Amino acid sequence: MADLRTRFLGILSPNPFWLASAPPTDKAYNVNRAFEAGWGGVVWKTLGEEGPPIVNVSGPRYGAMHSADRRVIGFNNIELITDRPLAVNLEEIRQIKRDWPDRAMVVSLMVPCTEAAWKAIVPRVQDTGADGIELNFGCPHGMSERGMGSAVGQVPEYIQMVTEWCKQATRMPVIVKLTPNISDIRQPARAAKAGGADAVSLINTVSSIMGVDLERMTMSPAIAGMGSHGGYCGPAVKPIALNMVAEIGRDAATRGLPISGIGGIGNWRDAAEYIALGCGTVQVCTAAMVYGFKIVQDMADGLSNYMDTHGYATVEDFRGKALPTVTDWQHLNLNYTEKAHIDQDLCIQCGRCHVVCEDTSHQAITASKNGQRWFEIKDDECVGCNLCTTVCPVPQCITMRPVAPGVVDTRTGQAVRADYGPWTAHPNNPMRVG
Amino acid sequence: MNSTSSALPPAHAGCGAPAARLNLAQYAANFSDSHPPLTPAQAAIEAERCYYCFDAPCITACPTGIDIPSFIGRIAQNNLRGAARAILEANPLGGLCARVCPTEVLCEQACVRNTNEDKPVEIGALQRHATDALMANPGTPLFTRAAATGKRVAVVGAGPAGLACAHGLARLGHEVVLFDSRPKAGGLNEYGIAAYKVVDNFAQREVEWLLSIGGIDLRLGCELGRDTTLAELCGGFDAVFLGLGLGGVNALGVDEPEVVGLAAAVDFIADLRQAGDLATGLASVSPGRHVVVIGGGMTAVDAAVQSKLLGAESATIVYRRGPAGMSASQVEQDWALTHGVVIRHWAAPKAVLAEGGAVTGLVLACTALEDGRLIETGETFTLHADSVLRAIGQTYLADAAGPALRLKAGRIDCDAEGRTNLPRVWAGGDCRHGGRDLSVEAVEHGKVAARSIHAELTGAGNGNGTSNSTSTSTSTSTSIGALHG
Repeated sequence: MADLRTRFLGILSPNPFWLASAPPTDKAYNVNRAFEAGWGGVVWKTLGEEGPPIVNVSGPRYGAMHSADRRVIGFNNIELITDRPLAVNLEEIRQIKRDWPDRAMVVSLMVPCTEAAWKAIVPRVQDTGADGIELNFGCPHGMSERGMGSAVGQVPEYIQMVTEWCKQATRMPVIVKLTPNISDIRQPARAAKAGGADAVSLINTVSSIMGVDLERMTMSPAIAGMGSHGGYCGPAVKPIALNMVAEIGRDAATRGLPISGIGGIGNWRDAAEYIALGCGTVQVCTAAMVYGFKIVQDMADGLSNYMDTHGYATVEDFRGKALPTVTDWQHLNLNYTEKAHIDQDLCIQCGRCHVVCEDTSHQAITASKNGQRWFEIKDDECVGCNLCTTVCPVPQCITMRPVAPGVVDTRTGQAVRADYGPWTAHPNNPMRVG
Repeated sequence: MNSTSSALPPAHAGCGAPAARLNLAQYAANFSDSHPPLTPAQAAIEAERCYYCFDAPCITACPTGIDIPSFIGRIAQNNLRGAARAILEANPLGGLCARVCPTEVLCEQACVRNTNEDKPVEIGALQRHATDALMANPGTPLFTRAAATGKRVAVVGAGPAGLACAHGLARLGHEVVLFDSRPKAGGLNEYGIAAYKVVDNFAQREVEWLLSIGGIDLRLGCELGRDTTLAELCGGFDAVFLGLGLGGVNALGVDEPEVVGLAAAVDFIADLRQAGDLATGLASVSPGRHVVVIGGGMTAVDAAVQSKLLGAESATIVYRRGPAGMSASQVEQDWALTHGVVIRHWAAPKAVLAEGGAVTGLVLACTALEDGRLIETGETFTLHADSVLRAIGQTYLADAAGPALRLKAGRIDCDAEGRTNLPRVWAGGDCRHGGRDLSVEAVEHGKVAARSIHAELTGAGNGNGTSNSTSTSTSTSTSIGALHG
């Protein structure tokens, strides 16, 4: 049985599954239920400064993109940070940490961008016995209009500045939560590290409009006929988040900086992928908001079985193991050649591979043979693009097979070369080296 | 070998087969929609199962060539009107066909999901979902008529073939007079299909929708050969389409006494349909207490199952070959079996037993295959019955249209477009030789013939005149009443 315990910035948790700072971690009632269900930790919903509580809309805060059978593919919210008094939150945090000493308790914070504001709240959090703080530089809606959230996260200098203030104000680990609403994720990550951040967490939500109500002719969802962009998350954003995690992991300036991965994690496989790209813990929100807290048991069970199957005793055994395979396009081996192959025993003859290749790609798949439906790769046209594999409804029916070095690629008429041939050395590249 | 009969209580001659055997709620339940429509949620999920195949096999398998992936894709996009348009463009009787087509041997048999998971997309149910939505809310006309051509066409028979042909011709701008001998239009859709397959008067609602295109003058109660003749129609119209159906019922091939309780299954089915959807109407139909249906097709199944649903104590289908030989699909056979119908294979009627002017039973000969030929083994058994229904096929009655029309194996000989040997006379549906006796096929006949007639009347086609050029048939007659199958 794999050991799922994690130590992230010195914070122990029985498994790498934390609930992200969001509605599920807004109060003691929810967090108690989460810990009863088995979550390894929580990032408490973002606290703001002392003062009149935040006011939320009293109409739809959430919107979703659904699959045909109403599964939530993408999820959007315009909820602000906690709308409960600071003292109440702090007292509940204190009690919960006391009741669940083995679980990670990180507290998300977002206060105005002044040294006084940050240095006022951080010690009060530390006083609760919390394990760490997460600086919310990510929320793209509402609070950003007030100079907080992603308004800070989009300016690396601010990130560094606030991180420094917080590090000065506490002995707790400081995690900086990054916004994806920026052109190059490495810049804010570098700034966080420069400010002394112990880790980054990403991604926060992506600015989004979920859709348009074509009957009312309003954006959707709308409040009294008007809408405002929200933050997008859920399964749809996972690929965006994975890329950003990998970018930070392979950037020389931030390599080795601990990362807590967030974005569309709904099952053990998603979590394992984030870990394989270097994340020490993963944070979940949407999946819990769609299915409830029990999913953590299935995620833990699946991850454990996966690790057992592959001989990984702990999460550390495979953390970051896939990261070295992420590189720049220019370093890809252009000599390497694959061809698609259709297993005729598995083929159900839907013909989708043919029509998409014919209409949109390389005309490399037959439609018939001797007057019968017959879908087969034409090796002399196939560029190995993987489109057919992608659209085929039958798993493993179409697979990509490498052409062995020395074998003639009938498309090019040339034997496949065994040596490494990246763009950097390609004769067509005017900038080639060597 | 009469153990079966001895196990049954004797039929009580005179006691007969009282109607109203069940309470009204039971009738209503028994004759409710046999395959209830999909809910919107079910339709959305089912529609998403369609793979949107390239050159989809289901389209090829549909006799009318409905673009099934398109209409299902439109359902998935919540464009039910567009879905209905895709269906009705290819098959103007798509609503009825969605209910009665043996999809398990047509589109759904071809669905690639069978290969993947042994469970095809429920194409028929989805087709009904889309067409029901349109019928419930037709909105502005889906199809409009082309500019008037000034041509007049007589369509004889307002069944699936005639309705499809009339609708197609009306769309193309021709004036159509649609004749039918019965009091209602619809043909087999109205008179020949089990009540639970076509509830809520759907056949008539579909006819109303078809006629709403305009340009179709429906004349009911007008019978070819009695009220008019083919020659008259040829003289009075620019073209004639014959969708006459099959008016004759095959005989048992044994002596059939004139007794109460021996009848044609098609008449029983028609009576039931005309009794109406209401339980009170159904309760007026007497099914017989012990019913025996001779035959192996859908008519036999419809008659036997409905007998059971009306309260018959037993209903037995007797078929002279094995299960594989039955023209009722496996789904139909299963439907019968799950409704308590007993199917006796390898038995053929030998003698009808009667007493006091009423049927009391049937002597049956056991049959077997010997060297590929069906033979009687010499053994017999007896089934007691107070109702014996013949469902061993129907025949084309040639008298109505007259002897000038060339036949092939007893039905009208046509080319691929439905042209007969007579100038300006087309035919389609069950009366045409070479089909599978399916409503959907009749629709295709009517649709194709309408185009062919249009091409000829307007000179838009290849001018392939009046000769039956693609047929090589020389047969002009055949015996009527021969056993089919």
